[in-house]
Amino acid sequence: MSHEETPVPEIRVHPIKNGTVIDHITAGQALNVLNILNIPNAASGVISIIINAPSVHGIKDVVKIEGRELNVDEVDKISLISPKATINIIRNFEVSEKTHVHIPEIVDGVVKCINPNCISNSNEPVSSKFTVSTDGQRIILRCLYCERIISEDIGNHLL
Amino acid sequence: MTFKDLHIISMKSFSRDMIDHILDTAEKLEPIASGKTKSDLLAGKVLAVMFFEPSTRTRMSFETAMMRLGGDVLSLGSVDASSIAKGETLADTIRVVDGYSNAIVLRHNKEGAAQLASEFSSVPIINAGDGAGHHPTQTFLDLYTIRRESHLEGLKIALAGDLKYGRTVHSLCYALSLYGAEITLISPKELRMPAEIIEDLRSRNIKVTETDSIEEAIADVDVLYATRIQKERFPDPAEYRKVANSLQITTELLEKAKPDLKVMHPLPRTNEIDPKVDDTPHACYFNQSFYGVPVRMALLALVMGALE
Repeated sequence: MSHEETPVPEIRVHPIKNGTVIDHITAGQALNVLNILNIPNAASGVISIIINAPSVHGIKDVVKIEGRELNVDEVDKISLISPKATINIIRNFEVSEKTHVHIPEIVDGVVKCINPNCISNSNEPVSSKFTVSTDGQRIILRCLYCERIISEDIGNHLL
Repeated sequence: MTFKDLHIISMKSFSRDMIDHILDTAEKLEPIASGKTKSDLLAGKVLAVMFFEPSTRTRMSFETAMMRLGGDVLSLGSVDASSIAKGETLADTIRVVDGYSNAIVLRHNKEGAAQLASEFSSVPIINAGDGAGHHPTQTFLDLYTIRRESHLEGLKIALAGDLKYGRTVHSLCYALSLYGAEITLISPKELRMPAEIIEDLRSRNIKVTETDSIEEAIADVDVLYATRIQKERFPDPAEYRKVANSLQITTELLEKAKPDLKVMHPLPRTNEIDPKVDDTPHACYFNQSFYGVPVRMALLALVMGALE
């Protein structure tokens, strides 16, 4: 039997009572998602991580967080490294809300500029700011100060 | 169209109408720039000139522009003798100088410095160069020179030299694209214009040709814009030595050019242009340097609200 004919196995994860399931994370980005969410430091419940799980669209990562709902800033950050992720808010074992991440027009204080000579990397009282666009495949960040572009390995430059 | 209180950070903020208005204003002010006519258009106004890295021409032309219009100039002076040496941030320095002046001219070694300054200033910031970033007033004076000495419409221009690191030519290319110029890029392969700029120009339907031969390109152009190969921008001195003398404009070379070809250079030059070229009708780099005065007068008068 060829690979294409193999049925895609269902992912078996224990249901959570309250919390968030972040699904369809770009494969390989789950650990960056945990960094964004400051996990384990900022979590008190059980965290489940599934890496390289098969899905109908290829492979994906999934993160489940007990007892925590994400805020807008966190979701914006996740969108930069995983623009197709979905956020499922679980309340009393039910999916209460399911949303796709929204790619913001500007991110503020989220990513460090890769240009060492950019004024945002000095001791000035400003945070880094980037405009966000896509070319269909990739997220493209352009520094509002020096205009340097980041389009690769964005997860490595998150603050 | 109003320019009052406008920050001048990057050429990208300027439409063709805005550029034309600035160049028209500069032309009206040219007799004052040359000292033939006196003016007190900016009397009572103060321009703060803050240069965090050395520049003679740009600083002096701004100071001349302000003084020709009857205004006063407040200079930061030496960075080593200022509060910056004590560790003051640019943001704080700007907030202080903002209270002393009606506009601030800033040159800084870090990219994005002018943008940052504009966030902390209530008076207009004029970017006089931020690292390898923008130098919009140079582009305005280059456009003005082309308009005065040649023509902007239907222009065929060759840009020669360091097209990789030269911020001057990057901004100039974008501005010329607003006028539909045909652009020939002449450089050694190590110093080619960044591919994304060429793509941008082509996406604006601008004809762009790349070559490493100045001899091939010179016969067909109206303006030859030479730039210095900037030693200070090279991380590796050996790479600099490889290309340092790769492009030279001589009187022999100019024999192949159109009779009304104009040679421009933002100066300082090293050995890109043979001094013998200075005595030919092709040379217009010293005029170009002078044109910085009326152009900067226009910008100062417009952002300070003395002219509409």
